[in-house]
Amino acid sequence: MFEQSQMERKAAARIDEARRQIEICNACRYCEGYCSVFPAIMRQRSFADADVTQFANLCHNCRGCYYACQYTEPHEFDLNLPGILAEVRTESWERFAWPSPLARLFQRSGTALAVALMLGFAVLFWAAQTLRPESGEGFYAVMSHGLMVSVFMPAFLLPLLALFVSLRRYWRHVGGQGVGRSQIRQALSRAAYMKDLSGGQGQGCNFEDEDRFSNARRYAHQAVVWGVFMCFGSTISGTIMHYVFDWPAPYGLLSLPKLLGVPGGLLLTAGCLELARLKLKAEPALGARRVWAGEMGFVLLLGFVSLSGLLLYASAGTAAVAVLLPLHLGAVLTFFLLMPYTKMAHGFFRLAALIKDAAGN
Amino acid sequence: MSYPDIVVAGGGNAALCAAITAAEAGKRVLMLEAAPKPYRGGNSRHTRNFRCMHDGPLSVLTGTYGEDEYYNDLLLVTKGNTDERLARMAIRGSQESQPWMEAHGVRFQPSLSGTLSLSRTNAFFLGGGKALVNAYYRTAEALGVEVLYEAPVTHIELDRDRITRVDFTHGGARHSLSPPAVVAASGGFQGNIERLVEAWGPEAENFLIRGTPYNRGDVLFNLLGQGVQSIGDPTQCHAVAIDGRAPKFDGGIVTRLDCVPFSVVVNKHGDRFYNEGEDVWPKRYAIWGRLVAAEPEQVAYSIIDSKSKDLFMPSVFPPVTADTIPELAGKLGLDPQKLARTIGTFNASCRPGTFHPTELDGLATEGLTPPKTNWARPITEPPFYGYSLRPGVTFTYLGFKVDETAQVQGADGPVENLWAAGETMAGSILGQGYLAGFGMTIGTVFGRIAGREAARYV
Ligand SMILES: Cc1cc2nc3c(=O)[nH]c(=O)nc-3n(C[C@H](O)[C@H](O)[C@H](O)COP(=O)(O)OP(=O)(O)OC[C@H]3O[C@@H](n4cnc5c(N)ncnc54)[C@H](O)[C@@H]3O)c2cc1C
Ligand code: SF4
Ligand code: SF4
Repeated sequence: MFEQSQMERKAAARIDEARRQIEICNACRYCEGYCSVFPAIMRQRSFADADVTQFANLCHNCRGCYYACQYTEPHEFDLNLPGILAEVRTESWERFAWPSPLARLFQRSGTALAVALMLGFAVLFWAAQTLRPESGEGFYAVMSHGLMVSVFMPAFLLPLLALFVSLRRYWRHVGGQGVGRSQIRQALSRAAYMKDLSGGQGQGCNFEDEDRFSNARRYAHQAVVWGVFMCFGSTISGTIMHYVFDWPAPYGLLSLPKLLGVPGGLLLTAGCLELARLKLKAEPALGARRVWAGEMGFVLLLGFVSLSGLLLYASAGTAAVAVLLPLHLGAVLTFFLLMPYTKMAHGFFRLAALIKDAAGN
Repeated sequence: MSYPDIVVAGGGNAALCAAITAAEAGKRVLMLEAAPKPYRGGNSRHTRNFRCMHDGPLSVLTGTYGEDEYYNDLLLVTKGNTDERLARMAIRGSQESQPWMEAHGVRFQPSLSGTLSLSRTNAFFLGGGKALVNAYYRTAEALGVEVLYEAPVTHIELDRDRITRVDFTHGGARHSLSPPAVVAASGGFQGNIERLVEAWGPEAENFLIRGTPYNRGDVLFNLLGQGVQSIGDPTQCHAVAIDGRAPKFDGGIVTRLDCVPFSVVVNKHGDRFYNEGEDVWPKRYAIWGRLVAAEPEQVAYSIIDSKSKDLFMPSVFPPVTADTIPELAGKLGLDPQKLARTIGTFNASCRPGTFHPTELDGLATEGLTPPKTNWARPITEPPFYGYSLRPGVTFTYLGFKVDETAQVQGADGPVENLWAAGETMAGSILGQGYLAGFGMTIGTVFGRIAGREAARYV
């Protein structure tokens, strides 16, 4: 009880601090051209808590407005908009998550993520050991198709349900209304081009080397997003081939699941490695310091999912499959189950924020 | 530290333009910046745009803004107090500087919201002046310019018509160099309150300085003391009325207050002293610094009611708020009866008519002294809001006299190896008044000239 209210007090103090900084920005406006946050701020003169939460979710932490700001520390106005918005943002994800405590745990703690991952491995190894099928080809020799489906269907659907609840909470909080098609189109295009990491003119963000502009983070992020979509597409196409065309795995290199999965896996692996590298170079005080370890853990987890998938594919037909398959599936399982409680949730919140913002344009 | 060909004193826009130009000409350049790295860039880091002539659409600028129109605008604000040759050089140079700026890392954007009146004449920097300064430092360092922070120049030795030595401190020690050429780009002296008091009188103690505390005029006074020619009125500075709660230094753009035209302004005795509605705010912005400076204790109070709250750009500090005028007076430290009387008299002299916030609406008071000739609406709808106003100094006018090559003029002709650029010589062009965006124009154009000439010399 005490802890809860103290947490709330801290969250409220963070929102107040963000509001103080936003009000300074609204009197200044120099950063107007960098991203969607400033135009959204400039449409208003006073800022409710929900407005602050919405701005925080619009901010992509490109840090342009930090390095361009004449009021950063040691100036007494002490502006650090990327930093405070990151704090408010992650706090909002924790608050809206369903159930909340899970997000509080996994967003912040890389250790908790690692433990969850170990558990995921353990479950899959156990399943592979005890429920080893009598017969089956390729991966299904290690684990039956039925078992995979009965583990992964709920592991996929439950997080989606949880995310749906979180997003609805967010949408209500920020006063979202009915959504029009052009609004969605606008938001999707901004997300697809990562407009808010473009620095406004394509020069990129100020992430890894103080005020030097670079598109490294934007491109790495694109690689991850497209990698995830392609891997996902690979799974879907495999499922369709399995059920609709009665054509079970393994698939050859020129089949749809592989054509999507292999380049997708490569993109995803490379993107995650690059994001992790950039994160090591970035100034932690301009992000949400509390969740640094959790975010890093998540990037590495995602990278591991794709890397183990690629290795698994490369080792098809060898004895390594017996080890790699549970490792890969264990990582996938952890990734899916923790989706609403890790950095992965940000994609959904970001999109919601962009859709909400498009209504104001 | 290697032996530089050129030492540049300063670290703002003018210094950077000079350093980059000289380095591109193959010279070894050392920049001595008095400020620590987070505060590098002087007043330039507070700027948002530069005024740019253009014969046709240019980058973010639309339409045309020709040399003569630009020059006429300058004549209006300076009341003729300018050097036409130098002024036209700056104006013509601005057009050609714009692409140069882009090529050296500066990014432009269309005019900021709330500044539509400047969209044709002024090119705005994406991210503002600090982003410009950062880009120039990156460019300069890539060209091999050496930069020392916290390295104030303390003395520049003038031997007849030559600079023979530059003294500065750095890292707790004194250093001396004898470079072949020197560029002075170290701004004005408004950061030096004692000097302001000397020039202006004790009132200057109460002035707020909108920009950097590092522009103390040390290089300026040091060389003027050795017989270098000055220009510009030493007793004058450009001051605007800003929020009285602003920090003593470096409050920058956010401390401006645009509420005056919609308000009643009183001094600390609760008396009005000037026509608040004389003209649209951008045109009257600059005189209010002086007006407030002339009032007791250099403070004034701008009072509005809820009708006007959202008519001007948001301010950085929230207004003092109250439900009645006497209560507001109490909170502002004014005499409640007196303020109520002043507002009452003002309200009684307002006449019906159509109020139009963005143009001269002629809605004037009747029988009031001083009158309010536009936007005179009674202050009647609570809550009432009050802001304190104080003079905020932007820059001083005193500077070096230079010729068309930016060369500094000594007692008997040019100093052979000394050039000056930016605020430190702007008095040659801007004898009084101010034209939005012209400070950066002077710094860019003459910074590039100074860099070029110094490089040519060594
Ligand atoms: C709030 C504000 C907003 C403004 N907005 C605009 C605008 O939008 N457009 C515009 O054109 N103008 C604007 N101006 C005016 C503009 O800032 C100046 O005209 C311009 O920056 C002058 O450039 P500069 O390089 O000469 O001086 P500065 O940029 O002030 O640089 C002077 C440099 O010299 C250094 N220095 C000082 N003394 C020493 C020493 N002894 N040794 C070594 N280094 C020293 C300082 O640290 C500083 O780096 C604004 C001014 C203010 C205060
Ligand atoms: S971050 Fe700083 S420079 Fe940018 S708008 Fe805000 S106050 Fe202005
Ligand atoms: S960090 Fe980038 S995205 Fe976030 S508010 Fe600043 S400029 Fe916008």
